[in-house]
Amino acid sequence: MVEFKVHRVRFFDYMPSGIRCMAFHSKADRLALARLDGSVEIINFSNNYFQEKVIPGNDSRSIEAICWVGCDRLFTAGLNGEIVEFDLERLCPKYTLDAFGGPIWTAACNSEETHFAFGCEDGSVKLFEILPDKIQFERNLDRQKGRILSLSWHKSGTLIAAGSLDVIRVFDVKSGHSVQRILVDKGPAGTHNKDCVVWNVAFLSDYTIVSGDSVGKVQIWDANKGTLIKTHLVSKWDVLSLSVSENEDSIVAGTSEGTVVQFQLLSPTIGDTETQWIRTRTFKHHTHDVRAVTETKTAVVSGGLDTQLVICSLLDKVEVKPSESVLRKVIFPHRTLVSCAKKPGLLLFQFPDQLELWRLGGTDTVGKPGESLPVTRKPEKLLQLKRKGDDHICCSTISECGQWIAYSTVTSIRLYQLQCESNNISITKVSKLPKVLRSAHQLQFSADSSKLFVASEQATIHVISLSRSECKHVHTFKPKSGSSAPVHLLAASADGQWLTSANRHCEINVYNLKKLKHHCMLPVYNSLPSAMAIHPETNNLLIAHADQQIFEFSTVDKQYTDWSRKLHKEGFHKCRIKWHTPITHITFNPSAPSQVMLHDTYMFCIIDQSLPLDGLKAQFYSQLTPKDMSETDRPSKTNAFKMCTKYQPLLHVNVLEDDWLVVVERPLIDIHSQLPAPVRQKKFGT
Amino acid sequence: MAALYEGFTLCGLAAGKSRENSGLLGIEPGRDPDHVIVTGAGRTVTVYKVSDQKPLGSWAAKQGQAVTCPAVLHGQTGEYVAVQDSKVLRIWRDEDINFEKVFKATLSAAVSRIHALPSLEPLVLFQRGAVRQLDALLAAPQQAVEEVLSEDEVIRWSSCFLEAEQPLLLFSTEKSGECFLYLQKLKPNVLHKYSIDSEGKGACPISFTATLENKCITLMCLYSSGCVYKLLVSLHPSVEGEQHLPKSLLLKLPVSEGVLSRAAITSLEEGHIAIVGSPHSASTGDRDFLCIWNTNFQTLQASKELAGGAYGQLWCNAGKLYVTHGKVLTVLPYRCEMSSLAAALGKLKQTSTQEVTLSPSELNWNSLLHEETALQPRTGGAGMRTRNSATLSPTINQVLEDLKGVSSEEVEEVLEPFLSCSPVSPQFQLGLSHITVELLKRCQADPGFYPQTVLARLAQTGRLSHSSCPGFLMLALEKRDYFLAQLCLQQFPDVPEAVTCACLKAFLSVADADLVPVNVDLEGVSLVDGPGHSLEGVQNGFSPVLLEEDGCDVQLTAPKLDQSSSWIDMSLTRPVGLKKSALLNEILRSSYSESFLLPHLKDLSSRQVILFLRYLQYLYVRSSGDVYTQLPGLRAPTVTQIMDWVSLLLDAHFTVLIMAPEAKGLLTQLHRFVRSQVRLYSELGKIQGTLQELGKINKEQEIGLYSIEVIELF
Repeated sequence: MVEFKVHRVRFFDYMPSGIRCMAFHSKADRLALARLDGSVEIINFSNNYFQEKVIPGNDSRSIEAICWVGCDRLFTAGLNGEIVEFDLERLCPKYTLDAFGGPIWTAACNSEETHFAFGCEDGSVKLFEILPDKIQFERNLDRQKGRILSLSWHKSGTLIAAGSLDVIRVFDVKSGHSVQRILVDKGPAGTHNKDCVVWNVAFLSDYTIVSGDSVGKVQIWDANKGTLIKTHLVSKWDVLSLSVSENEDSIVAGTSEGTVVQFQLLSPTIGDTETQWIRTRTFKHHTHDVRAVTETKTAVVSGGLDTQLVICSLLDKVEVKPSESVLRKVIFPHRTLVSCAKKPGLLLFQFPDQLELWRLGGTDTVGKPGESLPVTRKPEKLLQLKRKGDDHICCSTISECGQWIAYSTVTSIRLYQLQCESNNISITKVSKLPKVLRSAHQLQFSADSSKLFVASEQATIHVISLSRSECKHVHTFKPKSGSSAPVHLLAASADGQWLTSANRHCEINVYNLKKLKHHCMLPVYNSLPSAMAIHPETNNLLIAHADQQIFEFSTVDKQYTDWSRKLHKEGFHKCRIKWHTPITHITFNPSAPSQVMLHDTYMFCIIDQSLPLDGLKAQFYSQLTPKDMSETDRPSKTNAFKMCTKYQPLLHVNVLEDDWLVVVERPLIDIHSQLPAPVRQKKFGT
Repeated sequence: MAALYEGFTLCGLAAGKSRENSGLLGIEPGRDPDHVIVTGAGRTVTVYKVSDQKPLGSWAAKQGQAVTCPAVLHGQTGEYVAVQDSKVLRIWRDEDINFEKVFKATLSAAVSRIHALPSLEPLVLFQRGAVRQLDALLAAPQQAVEEVLSEDEVIRWSSCFLEAEQPLLLFSTEKSGECFLYLQKLKPNVLHKYSIDSEGKGACPISFTATLENKCITLMCLYSSGCVYKLLVSLHPSVEGEQHLPKSLLLKLPVSEGVLSRAAITSLEEGHIAIVGSPHSASTGDRDFLCIWNTNFQTLQASKELAGGAYGQLWCNAGKLYVTHGKVLTVLPYRCEMSSLAAALGKLKQTSTQEVTLSPSELNWNSLLHEETALQPRTGGAGMRTRNSATLSPTINQVLEDLKGVSSEEVEEVLEPFLSCSPVSPQFQLGLSHITVELLKRCQADPGFYPQTVLARLAQTGRLSHSSCPGFLMLALEKRDYFLAQLCLQQFPDVPEAVTCACLKAFLSVADADLVPVNVDLEGVSLVDGPGHSLEGVQNGFSPVLLEEDGCDVQLTAPKLDQSSSWIDMSLTRPVGLKKSALLNEILRSSYSESFLLPHLKDLSSRQVILFLRYLQYLYVRSSGDVYTQLPGLRAPTVTQIMDWVSLLLDAHFTVLIMAPEAKGLLTQLHRFVRSQVRLYSELGKIQGTLQELGKINKEQEIGLYSIEVIELF
């Protein structure tokens, strides 16, 4: 039994951005999704849907279409008329080029991945050739009246279907002429929208075109004859997104009402060989526009204005494995946006465009468990630091002492010194930073605040020594493996001797700061680390992986500890599987260093390493929580594992001194209240 | 309903007797229903003509001798039989003047009581339990008499019955606190013994009364604790030997403190019992009351305070109660009606109205004046009494007498004084039903006699119920007096389902033209008959037509086009005339129980059913189109009532309606309407569910942006 006083913080006004478009690469099993703020995320489906890479957004970038080429090239196009290829190692745009056709509404790549087609505002379809290191404009197809809103290549690569206002055209790629013009019915008179915008087209290999439009219809056309085969009215509002499964037996369509409708190619009667597109399932997991939808082999993935990514398993396609078949929602980022200075009780919140520094409140009374204490000192917003430039902040940190703040965008790093004197607070930007510091994937101060570690390009880590007068570049660590994958986690030991880094190739390197040399590399585990920390006393490294595994590695002995092995034996990760969100933070109780605290979005727990791990499973699967049990039945004080699910959803949990906890919650209802009103107001009770 | 009428004194009691002993041995029926034989404790036997309050004959034993058991009349010979000094039988006739000289026979054992039966030899019960018929005893007076009872066993009470021409004697005994019951049959001579379990805590039986009904003796026993128990004694017990008799609690008298000692019980007819010597309510500790209780409903029906204190002696003979109190023997005529729930509750209803009229805010001169007249007889002399109480019981008999032979027109004149007197007294209530029953009898016997206005006035008093005057409503229907029928339906709280159905049938089959001359109370029908505006307008967002369009039901494509218009059309026309609908509404408002009503409903013809259904549908459309669940009008049926009747009708005639082509349209419309309503209610249900959830949410404590909490981790 452990008692804590909790700062329950709800003033982190974090607001995720809506999802605009998605592209799923089935071979890599990764989903690329673009948000409204121009940021791009790559989610690894085979690694427990972990947010593998995040490319920060940019104010001037607006993405309308996203496209994979191969499994390592990612292109986006947007309303600023630019085409961007991203560098997936440096996590920033590789190059941009203007298509000169006005805003780009849509992009499509042919099946051979040799050409791109872009649909532009001026009614042109522009063909670009894909070269190994760039793309190059080839030619325009015949320009038509009206913007091109959707494009789809035929598998043969000879035909392109293009959706526009009220019309679908089929272009012959070779000649560039329009070979078929299909008029799409306008909505019935009196409906909200007279023009029929063809938001989506999909060209199937059997020369069938599927379209989704602003009148709420999903229509199946014969591309050769230009005739309508079937109309499905799925919504009173727009059909905003459409996706065809890889083997072309299923179509999913997302609507403005928040529904996702599935159509399947089935024969209406058993034994009949003739097949038809039949509306089968309707999912309703969104409250707002479903702007992007795609289908994997086992699930329907959808995202939209309500900012959450929903992965809904198709139960007929998954093997029975309960953890696979449940509905998953990715709402919060799989990294922490909050840093905490434990001693002065400061919290640094990271927004895309600013940082906020808060001082926690306090109370002068004590209370019994379950009580709320009167707040005698209110929390205080000390600082609001707006970033410079268009690029969004990608990482930030505050030192333990609370005197240093650092943040980075893809183009620059900024370091500030903070002086707090009673009520006066002053901030000074450290102007002269060493030249090596251009951008950072991760920032970390040493425990004594004398050093700043900057994870930079090519998996290098720069060590900067800090003092009042100047900042000096001390050393740059490079991984021995020569990997160039971006480092996303850094951890430094309390005694200042060790620094560990984890990169996106699952490599974890340990560096000796005293000797300034590479100490060792941990055995590579096939799941990305999601959180990492070094024990303040034993200097053992604790790592949590995206697949819920937890390891403890002795840096001195260069091997996994006994405790780590025991934890495996008890099957901790199996117990954890019912939580879908990865552990995003590991820390230790300063007043009882044997207590490890770790948290994900829905719970935080404390594992006492000094206590035996027996009966862990029994506790997990027990219907009774220890609180319900009587004093005698309780699994005594020798129980190593203590969990709390009272606070949800969690963005950050940290243990301060004197048994204080700080818990940063972000209630979903607060997020929903900031969203625009959905197109169709929800009826009571429906 | 039962009532006690004004009593009168039959005779004084012998003076100088103690408080405990009234000095009266017993009262036995005489030759005539009006005659009683009063046996004094000392030496006298007197025969009274009760109505004249005068003795017809009196005999007395000489000094030193005593009459030890109540004298009885030998039904066959007309002789009186009494026992003198426990062992000497005395038999005499009216002509005998000197008691000393009458027949005398000395017996070998002491006699407890002699019981006379109208057509048989009297039975002599000896103190030791043996029973002999009088003639057998007279043949050999000195014959040996066996001892049935054990030592110390004393007979407390005895009674005799006639079953299948065979006499039966039932007597109870007591032996050191234990009670036994003996049932003695003669020819063949069989004796059954029963034990009665005592109530415990010193409560002992103090008075018994028994009645024979359906070959079973019902024994009621009053315990000193105030409980009245019922014991059923079978005439043909299957088991030999001593049996245990179970008892069931019938009534618990409100005895506030202590125990009853001088109380007596006697059973009257129709589930009523009279009890003397117990208070009628717990609040009044005074025990000098004579009360009539209804054992079926455990209600107090009538009570009378007895001046001078009661002795706990009570006899009942020919519709009169004889009770000793103070220094007199008082005769109280009583009347018990068949106990129906309505009648049993009548007393309650009456007291409540009395309270209203007597409330100080509303001074009613009539009631004040009446109070005076009611008080007068008590204060006035004996001679004044009969005339002053003219408003009460004697007048009822008088009125009944007067009613005989008068014509329809004159009836009202005769009844006027009675009807105009205040309807507060229970006598009025009883008299009312009595008069009504008499009138009904006459109407049935004489087809020309039908005092419509009087009957209507009687019904309008609101004090009649169907059970108190069965046949009233049916008579009204027979005479096609729909006004009266409506009145009855309005006023009677307990119209049986069969009669309701008969009314319904009659109302449905009457032509609207026939109703034109009839005066019908139209309060139940709203005269503003324009439902269109309330229906078409959307009230609270609800419109049945709209909902109908919402559901894309393929089955109903055919009437879809004109559906909305036909719907309104339907609702616009009232399928029956105004008067008829008023009558039908009265039916809808009457109370019923489904299972009893259903079989009678099946008697309706299909045409009647369809007409009624259409009318119900009309009502329902009208009422549900409105936000208020009740139609305008004071006596309009509620939606629930309408809906229940629709369901009942459909239940009763489903197969018929299915087959009838003319019902098809109606049924589909009903179906459609019900469906739209179901949809509405399901929507409402959802809203309710949502709002409930809201309530739950509100309960959660408000957490601000920042709070400090203490938690405990296990």
